[in-house]
Amino acid sequence: MSDVAAEVCDLRMRYGTTDVLHGIDFEIRTGEVVALLGPNGAGKTTTIEILEGFRARSAGHVSVLGADPEHGGEQWRARLGVVLQSWRDHAKWRVRELLQHLGAYYARYGTAEISRPWDTAELIDLVGLTAQADRRIGNLSGGQRRRLDVAIGIVGRPELLFLDEPTSGFDPMARREFHELVHRLTDREQATVLLTTHDLAEAEKLADRVLILAGGRIIADGSPDELALRMSARAEVRWTVDGQRYVHPTDEATAFTRKLFAQYGEAVEDLEVRRANLEDTYMALVEEYEK
Amino acid sequence: MNAMSVVRLGLARGGIELRHGFTYLPDLLTTLFFPLIQILVLFLMRGHHVPGTTFSLGSLTLPSIIGMSFAFGGLIGVTALLMTDREDGTLLRAKATPSGMSAYVLGKITFSSATSLMGLVLTLVLGLVAFPGVSLTAGGFATLVWVALLGLLATIPLGITLGSLIPNPRMFPLIMLPFGGLVALSGIFYPITHLAGWLQAIGQLFPMYWLGLGMRAALLPSHLASVEIDGSWRLPQVFLALGLWSVLGLAAAPPVLRRMARRESGSRVAERRERAMLRAT
Repeated sequence: MSDVAAEVCDLRMRYGTTDVLHGIDFEIRTGEVVALLGPNGAGKTTTIEILEGFRARSAGHVSVLGADPEHGGEQWRARLGVVLQSWRDHAKWRVRELLQHLGAYYARYGTAEISRPWDTAELIDLVGLTAQADRRIGNLSGGQRRRLDVAIGIVGRPELLFLDEPTSGFDPMARREFHELVHRLTDREQATVLLTTHDLAEAEKLADRVLILAGGRIIADGSPDELALRMSARAEVRWTVDGQRYVHPTDEATAFTRKLFAQYGEAVEDLEVRRANLEDTYMALVEEYEK
Repeated sequence: MNAMSVVRLGLARGGIELRHGFTYLPDLLTTLFFPLIQILVLFLMRGHHVPGTTFSLGSLTLPSIIGMSFAFGGLIGVTALLMTDREDGTLLRAKATPSGMSAYVLGKITFSSATSLMGLVLTLVLGLVAFPGVSLTAGGFATLVWVALLGLLATIPLGITLGSLIPNPRMFPLIMLPFGGLVALSGIFYPITHLAGWLQAIGQLFPMYWLGLGMRAALLPSHLASVEIDGSWRLPQVFLALGLWSVLGLAAAPPVLRRMARRESGSRVAERRERAMLRAT
């Protein structure tokens, strides 16, 4: 297997006279979890659909698992998994029935390293739908449906999995369960994942690397920590003195805390120094870009 | 993937959908609705006679209704299936699966052919038991088989083409209404010879008339051909007309379907869903 799962060079997309992507470049290494972030209309969905082979690009070079997605072929297709935002298909089918059926399409594409498809019962167990295995899909709850979609997305043991806003509309519990599922997948299967999300805490939790797309350009590319550091050394210091709570943002957290102790000594309580998180970084980057 | 396994997957898909058709109550009701109405109509017509003869109008209509059902299943049925599958993302799912589109189309063909043929058998049994004059000779059986098979070929690819061309379900009536008009022009419930000449000409352009005529030729005594155009069952023309529609459909369906499938993507399905929700509220 190659070290690079996907490679994008100078990708451009134009609808009519509107440019949606102005020449973007990035690379996804094998085994990486990459989050594609950005405001609505930034071109995230367009980018991911081009990589999935569902949309023809206007210009640029794209290679996904060694092939141009526009001419991928069935063999190539069998190595990808796609989970979209809102599937409502196959409502009359039963969970087990559909996974069994769709799995059969991948049977011919097993290799020495990857046996395909996933065993149906094992897969149903993995996504926690054992109790619903014989239910009609139309009768599943929103969270159950989404877990089924993930199961369908990975039934062929994909080498590259696309997750498009996988947890929108989830309650916190369903969201946490979903995150655990993705962790299990990437740990056990060494799958490469490209996900889009609006939930920055989710991106921070799941992604090895973050790409921020704004106005059809990549404005940041790096691990969540790298981005936070690059953006600013700004931190927030919180403390209590005599029962009074204080918050102070500063660029020099060490010097500031030192001064604080010099001034109040032991009276300083509940001291917290908080670095900028991905959300702060994201806001700062997008605001800066929009200026 | 080799062709055999795609065929197997397509057949499996059609089989599963067929099973749903019988076990999923809303589907079962829609499947049964039209046949029940047809049977009711047939029974109401039993007391009436074909003009100029003592032959029951109900018995004359029964084979025509078999022909009409073939046209309905292949054209309207397949169009509707394709449209809903595009709307809910089933088609996109097929696209995201290796060889999924081929198996999907084969599955639809299997499903549609099987339902049409089952309808044929049921109506036929009913006709043979309860409608005097409807009979099945060896020659009639041979005619029945080729008209039925050619009928599927003439209508299903056409349905796939129409289903791929219609951009959204709101335009479904645009197919449904002309179809209703076509029933009136195709000599289904009354001999076509009682229509004005130019209406007869329009009726003869479409496969429904030929399907009805072929079925009547297969199931009715030969003297009833007297109420048809030229006083004949005109089987060579039936073959030619249905064959022509088959060629047309088979030539048009693959490129039109491919073009439609190529344009499917997640954002398109989501867009349509949003529009559908706006309509609903």
